[in-house]
Amino acid sequence: MKRIKCNPVSGGKAEGEVIFTKEPISFYGGVDMKTARVIEKGHELEGKSIAGKVLVFPHGKGSTVGSYVIYGLKKYGKAPLALVVEEAEAIIISGAILASIPCVDGVKINELENVKKIMVNADKGEIEVIE
Amino acid sequence: MYLTKEEEVILSGEKGEILARFMKLLVKLGEKFGAEKLIPVSSVQIAGISYKNISDPGLEFLEEIARSDVKTNVISFMNPAGMDLELWKELGISEEFAKKQLRIIDALKKLGVIASATCTPYLAGMLPRFKEHVAWSESSAVIFANSVLGARTNREGAFTALASALIGKTPYYGLHLEENRKANFKIKVDCKLKNEADFSILAYFLCKYFKKGIPFFEGFIASADELKLLGASLAAYGAFALFHVKDVTPEASLQNEFDDKLLVTEQDLSKAKMEVVKEIEPDIIAIGCPHASIREIKKIFSLLENKKMKIPVWVFTSRVTKKLVDEKFRNILEKLNVKIFCDTCPVVMPLKEIGIKSVATNSGKARFYLLNQGMNVYFADLKTLIDKFSEG
Repeated sequence: MKRIKCNPVSGGKAEGEVIFTKEPISFYGGVDMKTARVIEKGHELEGKSIAGKVLVFPHGKGSTVGSYVIYGLKKYGKAPLALVVEEAEAIIISGAILASIPCVDGVKINELENVKKIMVNADKGEIEVIE
Repeated sequence: MYLTKEEEVILSGEKGEILARFMKLLVKLGEKFGAEKLIPVSSVQIAGISYKNISDPGLEFLEEIARSDVKTNVISFMNPAGMDLELWKELGISEEFAKKQLRIIDALKKLGVIASATCTPYLAGMLPRFKEHVAWSESSAVIFANSVLGARTNREGAFTALASALIGKTPYYGLHLEENRKANFKIKVDCKLKNEADFSILAYFLCKYFKKGIPFFEGFIASADELKLLGASLAAYGAFALFHVKDVTPEASLQNEFDDKLLVTEQDLSKAKMEVVKEIEPDIIAIGCPHASIREIKKIFSLLENKKMKIPVWVFTSRVTKKLVDEKFRNILEKLNVKIFCDTCPVVMPLKEIGIKSVATNSGKARFYLLNQGMNVYFADLKTLIDKFSEG
């Protein structure tokens, strides 16, 4: 079983199906907080829901109000199980910590492009590829 | 990262779960950006106030914090809300929106945040001095504080600013360190900036070539109002948080070897202007993004020369500045179809919901965000706007 080392950002453990994008995500204006669907025009995940999945993406972008959207997803029960990012910046760090969503960074995400299922241990800073 | 005993105590949860979460956020941020420690800040500007932006989860989040007994630890101002907190009915805001917006303000007030509701805190009573460390969000205020005042702040977000307000500290990294404040590319402006709109166009032009870094400008002298507009546009079109202008801003002597230089000619500027200006039929004219200063309001008054405007002009400013406008002048302005609103701005108001689809503005920042929100925008300087949309 393949294990990948990474940096813990927001603690917790989660196992689930991967939803992958190599495009940065703007949570504010780019993700609908009630449905968890990506609504940014032309985004490769446009129309797809990120709820209940492990979201793997390079980094956040756009307004810092995006942190509130991450928090909102959690409030509405539509949060991703965990966030796996190449480079976490303030929007993602704040959103994940305040919403208590497990989050790790420092991951070369292209290693996860064709992976179906992973286990994220955000306390230890480790990802296990399951499928 | 080094933490003091007191900081460790907060992090451990001994002072409550909420403070612990916010402390954890600051510590993580500090670790991520290589901060050696946390430093005290003397003021905080908190963004993420409009109900349009943060909606129900944001409201509930703030109320949840306000229900606990945490309070701000340092003077904290808030960004504009989604409406004028008093004249919201005149703006066509719904009862439901207003109720929720007022709950957000109440929650923040309970935390000890001043109900300033402005993006220009430095014009409303929260003025940092040169080299003072602060933690501000609101990108236009951040770049003004850093560049024009020489204060020190990173570009904080809605949550990180709130964390600094409650803890009174920020991680020591980025623009708090003098070595990171040096200009690294040079913009030589070889043409006249004729009016306030040209400052936004200059920012737009620059951002086609550079998206980040610290620009050093040479070739113009500008007023604080013009620097405010230049900074707001630089922060909207690019990720800028600091610029220097030769002989104008206090840290203009901080320079690295310039990797790049850009010459801006008359031709460049007029070409950029053609890209920016698109003719439309605006529903309203919005002035005051960032919030208008008293000098800008005075300028509107004198440019009007008693001409009545064919479409409503909404001037957005802080409550503090509005108080400086004598009632007599306000009445005259209203007769000319010009109305002063405070606590809000075109960018964070629910414009679509109140039936506005097209806006004319002299702000490059407003243009950028309104276009992103799917609005039609006509961009021009104040004088052109008044000449074009006034009755004979």
